[in-house]
Amino acid sequence: MKHLITALALALPLFLNAQGKMPAVTVQTMDGKKVSTSSWTNGGKPIIVNFWATWCAPCKRELATIADLYEDWQKETGVKLIAVSIDDTRTMNRVAPYVNGQGWEYDVVLDPNGDLKRALNVNNVPHTFLLDGKGNIVWQHNNYEPGDENDLYEQVKKAAGK
Amino acid sequence: MIGTGTGALRLIPFMALLLIGRSGLAQAPDSTATPPPHTGPDLPQVHGNFSTDAQYYRVDSVIGAEVPDEKMGINAWGNIQYTQGRFTAGIRFETYEPPLLGYPAGEPYSGTGIGYRYARYSIDDLDITVGNFFEQFGQGMAFRSFEERYLGVDNAMDGVRVKFQPTEGIYLKGVVGRQRFGFDDGFNNGVGIVRGADVELSLTEFLPTAFPAWVEKGRNLVLGGSFVSRYQEDKDPLRELPENVGLWAARANYTNAHWNLYTEYAYKINDPNASNDFIYKPGQGLLMNATYSTKGLGISAGAHAFDNMVFQSDRATQNLFNLNINFLPTLAKQHTYNLPATLYPYATQPNGEVSYQGEVFYKFKKGTPLGGKYGTKLAVNYCTAWSLDSTAMPDDTLQFKGYTTAFFQRGERQYFSDFNIEVRKKLSKTWEIAATYLNLVYDIEVVQGKAGAPVVFADMFIVEGLHNFTSRNSVRFEVQHLRTNQDKGNWVTGLAEFTFSPHWFVAAMDQFNYETLDESFSQNGEEVEVKRTHYPIGSMGYIRGGNRFTMNYGRQRAGIFCVGGVCRQVPASNGLSISITSTF
Repeated sequence: MKHLITALALALPLFLNAQGKMPAVTVQTMDGKKVSTSSWTNGGKPIIVNFWATWCAPCKRELATIADLYEDWQKETGVKLIAVSIDDTRTMNRVAPYVNGQGWEYDVVLDPNGDLKRALNVNNVPHTFLLDGKGNIVWQHNNYEPGDENDLYEQVKKAAGK
Repeated sequence: MIGTGTGALRLIPFMALLLIGRSGLAQAPDSTATPPPHTGPDLPQVHGNFSTDAQYYRVDSVIGAEVPDEKMGINAWGNIQYTQGRFTAGIRFETYEPPLLGYPAGEPYSGTGIGYRYARYSIDDLDITVGNFFEQFGQGMAFRSFEERYLGVDNAMDGVRVKFQPTEGIYLKGVVGRQRFGFDDGFNNGVGIVRGADVELSLTEFLPTAFPAWVEKGRNLVLGGSFVSRYQEDKDPLRELPENVGLWAARANYTNAHWNLYTEYAYKINDPNASNDFIYKPGQGLLMNATYSTKGLGISAGAHAFDNMVFQSDRATQNLFNLNINFLPTLAKQHTYNLPATLYPYATQPNGEVSYQGEVFYKFKKGTPLGGKYGTKLAVNYCTAWSLDSTAMPDDTLQFKGYTTAFFQRGERQYFSDFNIEVRKKLSKTWEIAATYLNLVYDIEVVQGKAGAPVVFADMFIVEGLHNFTSRNSVRFEVQHLRTNQDKGNWVTGLAEFTFSPHWFVAAMDQFNYETLDESFSQNGEEVEVKRTHYPIGSMGYIRGGNRFTMNYGRQRAGIFCVGGVCRQVPASNGLSISITSTF
């Protein structure tokens, strides 16, 4: 047992990989359907996966800021943003009216029991991942400060080969 | 000795991972987007996260801050997940040496050990988990196991879960296990066994050809049903208690391009327990929610009623945070500003409550008189909660049924109401401003269980501003004012936060309990001299990639800390606190 654990500990760096594939987890769409994250594609263009909640002020600032830039980002790079709401039963009913009330154009999915949040090891929101055209996680960022969207977009352009 | 040996051994891979995780990120924190070295589908991957909150406490008699014998507290968690193809395994280590004051909300935690471990295998339509897991049926009125780490709520199941999708649009779930209770050098489970099954049918996915118009117009109907049962041995010498307590629930969800209608009903057989004074009365719950939304407008309305719906996997537990099988959240809005979020947040009364809420989000378009150059956003929200109309049984010495109810009829006593309106407007390229008004009614005696405490009537005004000095540097400020003639009286809070994207922030906040209208006020039935107290606190933080480091120094007011639908009381404290979170 000792040897096994030691061997495992020593072998871990070989596998360890700050980036990786998107895990396959089931989330809910706004119309109550279940979809697997393995079905997320964007025709070879990058995808931004943003974890947020209706009770998280910096999350809403980040998504509102990107909303003003989103049209340009899409035109220039073809990027798609999937906003993963971690609102639980208490507040998940507010997600659709809130998103529409803001006029956001994002794809929004619900993760009410934190399954995807846990699978991606997210501690707190906002937390953003960037997937390249092949679905590999190539970049991540926790927190939001005004201006962070510039760094995100630099990464999006790189991932899109622009 | 053996115990210590294995404990240390267990920690080796964990420590190794932490070190590697850190150094890996140190090399390429937020720089180049290099393609990952392994892209094959079946190569193993190890990921995880780490988070810790530590505080060094100082004595502060003015605010009643206490210091534990150890002078400091620390909570820490480390998750490691191993994935290879369809196989996943995970383990979480936890440390409470000792836990932070007031943590957790339920059964005490202490020591270091394993808090969660599981193995999972999935092939397309079948998904099997052994060990710990989190799961939810419908909106949780029948069953929800979940964690809110920062609250200290974790009722993870420990057992087996099978999910199966026999055909498109049909989802089956089955769970059996015990729930996490406390933590003493490792998690321990409660006494009761929880068994549950859930079936869900998504009509247009199951029969797309039968509803072509629905598919085309984006309509769908999802129907679901759950059954959950708890087994707990009856060791009571006097009473005959039901050892198997069942709860069933049914739900329906209709959606189309603009509407979303949801309803769920649950019925529980008689379940004498510590929270209902061991009455042999069945419980029931009903929730309904409707939303309408279109670009620029969102409306929601909801209502629920709960009667005798506490359902825990130990009927004798005295604490409503322990071993909950179901989840009954409040309809009240979860505020993000400090004063309304932590002074008087509402919590559901699961043994008897009728509550309603309504909310409107509206965006005045750019170029309209009210919208101006950038548009204006408006949010109006109202929620109220009342007692359930119930009458005590006149002669209840034989049946112990407790009371009779007129279900979904509200009673005489108002527990809570919150009316709030927020206007948010971008004034220019560099300025944004938001103004909020709240009117609150809050029955402390009911919500916080403090006998004789008054009903609070409070008004709050909040102004928030955001200014960008450059594309990377900005300041955000808040001024919050609360006026009330009850409880602790009036408060004013000021906050300023400077951010330097992408790495740094510094912030300072002061909460000042400045005065009441009278020279003294009533607290717990006694006249208390007004104490004018400042609660200053400073914070700074550093963020890089998936890592965050924050530090706070100052006074923290006793308050209620809520995440999601659950709240816990946090005692007043003074000192230095440090938090680190990392995702790798």
